[in-house]
Order: sequence, then structure tokens, then C-alpha cells
Amino acid sequence: MRSAARPLSPHLQIYRWQLTSVLSILHRATGLALGAGTVLLVWWLVAGAAGPGPYGGVTDFLGSWIGLALLCGWTLSLAYHLCNGIRHLVWDTGHALDLRSTYIGGWIVVAAAAALTVVVWVVGFANWGP
Amino acid sequence: MPAPLMRSPLGRAIGLGSAKEGVGQWWIQRLTAIALVPLAIWFVISVIAHLGVDLAGFRRWVGAPGTAIAFILLLIAVFYHTALGFQVVIEDYVHAELVKLGMIAAVRLISFGLAVAGIFAVLRMAFGTAA
Repeated sequence: MRSAARPLSPHLQIYRWQLTSVLSILHRATGLALGAGTVLLVWWLVAGAAGPGPYGGVTDFLGSWIGLALLCGWTLSLAYHLCNGIRHLVWDTGHALDLRSTYIGGWIVVAAAAALTVVVWVVGFANWGP
Repeated sequence: MPAPLMRSPLGRAIGLGSAKEGVGQWWIQRLTAIALVPLAIWFVISVIAHLGVDLAGFRRWVGAPGTAIAFILLLIAVFYHTALGFQVVIEDYVHAELVKLGMIAAVRLISFGLAVAGIFAVLRMAFGTAA
């Protein structure tokens, strides 16, 4: 509830971003994206059970440019949310909570998520075909 | 900083705060997260291994006992984890009480519905009753 036109804090135009807060926001953003992706997961399974028509609809959609772009985004989101989720679980044990460790862990997560995404798509394209 | 010992011995033994069940959702969020580490890795590898299969192949794969069990576990963990995760985000950013309640209820109901639909589809393929 804003009672007056006060300036925002943090001041977004001059705010200096940190890795830690950006990764925290990304964890939520990728979680929300994956949540939306669960609709596709269920659509895919239900279509498989329903018959050739619906199943063809899903595979056509997934093979389209929009489908591939979405799958690419979800692969990256899943890889990131998985790696950063493990980082969160480590924190939950009370370890690696100092500033240096949060930055080292953060960069490891970024590198691992990017590498996993590339591996998944390279192996995926190598395996493509009926 | 040592925690001040303000609680009764019984309170310490039971380990619950004044809300009694405040850590329940926090704990299940972590439990489903741990379960989802192997399940998500299995899911991605298994999907890659079955890219481009036709409908019969898809049903053979999803309906195989090991796959079906893994899919059902994945669906339960995913939708529990998603519902709790969305709830935390809603609680952080939506401050109008009625809207907040409505959104959390919607997330819960949609998650539950999608989970049941997905599990039913897997079972249908596993028991060969799919058309």
C-alpha cells in the first residue's frame, strides 16, 4: 500500500545489481516458468493416452519453432532451477552461507546450468529421429 | 549468538513454534525438492532417449512399470513443489487478502487437477486401456 509518491527503494535506474540477488530472482522466475510448463507435461501424457489425433497435435506443436523455443527455455529453466535448488539445499544445512561461498556457488550454478542445457540439446539433436 | 532459552522443556522437546505447523510446508518443499533431483534428471535423460517415437512406442515407454512409477512419483512431487512454490511467491507479492486467498486456492486446485489428470493418463497407458 503506497500512501504517497515516494521514491522507490532500491532506485532501479542507478541500482547496481549483484550476482546473488539476480540469481535469487532467477530461481523464482524459472520456478514460475517450469510451473507453467507442467501444463504441457500433462497435455503430452493425456494426449498419449487419448489417441493418435491428440498425440499428433502435441508432437506437431513441440516440433514447431514455437514448441522448440519453449522447450529450449524450459531446458534452461530446469537446468538452472535444479542446480540452484541444490545450492539452496546446501544452504539449508547451514553451510556455504558466507559472502565468498555464495558468489563461488553462484558462478558454479550459472556455468553448470549453461553446460547442462548445451549437453541436453546436443545429445537431443544427435538422438533425433524415429 | 546463543539462542535465549525462553521455551519450556516440553516446548523444546516437541519442537513446534506457537503456530504449531509453521514449518510443515517449508519441510515438504525441501522433501519434494530432494525427490525431484533424481526424478528430473531421469525425466530429461529418458525423454531424450525416446525422442521421435510414434504413439505405440510412446505408450510402451510410459506404460512400462518402471517408467509409469517414475512418472507418477514425478507428477506428485512436481505438483506439490509447484503449488508450494507458487504460494510463497503469491504470499510475497499479493497483499490484498481476498485476492491472495483466491490465487492460492486456484493454484492448489489447478495443481491437484493437473496431477490427477497426468496420473490417470499414465495409468491408462500402463494398464493398456488407452484407445
